[in-house]
Amino acid sequence: MADALVLTRRYVDIASLWVRAAWVYRTSFVTLVVANGLLTGLDAVAIFIMFSQLDQLGGFSLHEVALLYGASSIGLGIADTLIGSVERIGEHIRTGRLDQMLTKPLPLLLQVCADQFTLRRLGRITQASIVFAWAATYVDWTPARAGVAVLMVLSGGALFFGLFVMFSCIQFVTKDATEFSNAFTYGGATLTQYPLTIFPRELMRSLTFVVPVAFVNWYPCLYLLGRDDPWGMPSWLQFCSPLAAGAMVGVALLVWRTSVRHYTSTGS
Amino acid sequence: MPLIDVPLIDVQSLERTFVRRKRAGAVRRTTETVRAVHDLSFGIEAGEMVGYIGPNGAGKSTTIKMLTGILVPTSGRVTVAGLEPQRDRVELARRIGVVFGQRTTLWWDLPLRDSFDLLQKIYRTDPARHRENLDRFLELLDLHELLDTPVRQLSLGQRMRGDIVAALLHDPEILYLDEPTIGLDVVSKGRLREFLRALNKERGTTLLLTTHDLQDIEALCDRVIVIDHGTAVYDGDLAGLHQRGGSTRTLVVDLVDEAPPIDVPGATTRRVEGPRQWLSFPADASAAPLVAAVAAAYDVADLSIQEPAIEDVIRELYSGPPR
Repeated sequence: MADALVLTRRYVDIASLWVRAAWVYRTSFVTLVVANGLLTGLDAVAIFIMFSQLDQLGGFSLHEVALLYGASSIGLGIADTLIGSVERIGEHIRTGRLDQMLTKPLPLLLQVCADQFTLRRLGRITQASIVFAWAATYVDWTPARAGVAVLMVLSGGALFFGLFVMFSCIQFVTKDATEFSNAFTYGGATLTQYPLTIFPRELMRSLTFVVPVAFVNWYPCLYLLGRDDPWGMPSWLQFCSPLAAGAMVGVALLVWRTSVRHYTSTGS
Repeated sequence: MPLIDVPLIDVQSLERTFVRRKRAGAVRRTTETVRAVHDLSFGIEAGEMVGYIGPNGAGKSTTIKMLTGILVPTSGRVTVAGLEPQRDRVELARRIGVVFGQRTTLWWDLPLRDSFDLLQKIYRTDPARHRENLDRFLELLDLHELLDTPVRQLSLGQRMRGDIVAALLHDPEILYLDEPTIGLDVVSKGRLREFLRALNKERGTTLLLTTHDLQDIEALCDRVIVIDHGTAVYDGDLAGLHQRGGSTRTLVVDLVDEAPPIDVPGATTRRVEGPRQWLSFPADASAAPLVAAVAAAYDVADLSIQEPAIEDVIRELYSGPPR
C-alpha cells in the first residue's frame, strides 16, 4: 500500500513536469484545451440535434441518453487524461525511448502513462461533466443511486484504462497499430454513448461479456434511472461495474506484463 | 567461508539471437535466425574503465541492452553487481547510470534544474547527497550558469554534459556511455574526458563506453574489448591492440614547395600530391621525433596527424600487419 502511494507520487511528479513544460507554450495549451472540448463536444451536439427530430432513441428520452453520454464521456476523459499516453508505445519503441525508460527505477507502465501527460483532455471532461450535470437533474436521487453514480465514474475510468492498456499492447507486435488500437478504445467509447437498445442483441452481449464497456454507463445508468433492463438481463448486473472494472484491469495488467516480457525477449 | 570473487560485471558464454522475417516471394515469408552476440565472455572489475568498441552492427548495443536489463539473453549468463539485469531491472537501475549519446533524457522545454530535481525524486536520492553531487558535477562540467536555461537552448556539448550529470546524480556504481563524444568539438570532448577520469578516480565509478573515437579510449581506458560479428576478438590494452592490428597513424605534411617523397626514419611516405605528403607511422610510436625530423630536413608549411579509425584497426586485426 505504501508502495502504491510512492508510485502515485512519482506519477504526479512526472506528470506535473509535463504540465509545466506545456505551460511554456501557454497560448497553444489553452487553444488545445478549448479545441478538445469543442471537438469532443460535437458528439453531444449530435445527440441534441438527433432529438430535435425524435422524441426518443431506442426507448430512451433526451435526458436519459444525455446521462449515458455524460457518464461514458467522463470515464473516457479520466482514463484518457491519466493514461492516454500509453497509446504511444509503438513510437517509444521506434525512437528507443522505451529502452531509456527501462533503465529507470520505476515500473515501465507508470513511465509510459505519465509520459507527455497533458491536461488538454480536460476539455472532454469539462463538456461531458456539463452534459452529465444537466441530465442528473432529471434523476430521482437516493443515497444508493449516488453511491452507484460515484462507483460508475470510477469504474468507467478503470474500464477504459484497461482497454487502453490492453489494446496498446498490440503495438509491441506491430509498431504502427495506434489506429487499430483506437478502433477498440475510442470505438468502444462511441458505442456507449447511445442506449444499447438500438444495437442488435449480440452486440449488447459482447459489450457485456467480451469487451465489457456496457458497465461503463449502461448498467449503472439503468439503476440511476430506475428502469428495468430492456433486454431482460438480470438487474444485479447494474451493481457489477466495479467487478467488471477489476477484471478488466487485471486482464490488462497481465497482457501488459506478457507484452513487456515479449519485448525484452525478442527485441525490437 | 570466503566468497568466490565474481567481477562487478560478469558475462559468461553470452548469446543473443534475433528472429528476422524475410520476404520470400509475394506473400510467403520465411524467418531467419540472426546471431547478434555469441560466445561472449568477459569480466569487469569495480573501478575499471573499459572501452567497448566495434563496427556498426557488431553487437555493441545488444550487449549493453543485456547488461542493463532491456534485453534477455538467449543463453549464457550476465550478472551485474550480483544482480540478474532483466529480473532485477528496477533494483539494478538504481545502481547504474546510462547515457545514450544520441538521445537526451532531459526535459526539452524546461530548465536543466527541473530535470535534475525530478531525478532526485525518481531515484529517491537523499536530498543532501543530491545537492552535494549536483554542485560538484556542475562545477566540474562548468554548467552552473546554465542551470536555469531551457534544455532546447543548450548546445549539443552542453546537453551531453547535462545528460551525464543526470546519469550520475544517484551515485551509480557503473556508468554506461554510448558514444559520449559524438558530434562534440575538440574542447568539449577534452573537458568531458577529463571529467570522466576525475569521476573514476574520485569515486571509483566503473565505466563502460562504446565509441567510434579511438582518442576517447586513449584518454580514458586501460582496457579495450573489441567486438566483431557478435563476439570479442580482442580484450586487452590499447597498445596491444595497435600492435596486433599493426595500425598506423598518418602525418600529413604540407611543404612550402613540391618535393620528392620525404625520407625520414620511422615513417613511410604513402602518397604525394603536389606539396602535400602523407606519411604513415606506427600508432604506438610518438609523433614528436618524427615531426622534428621532418621539420629539420624540409621547409614545412603545416602539419596534421590523423588517428587510425576503429574500423581500420579492426580490419587490420584480421588481415594481419601490413606489408
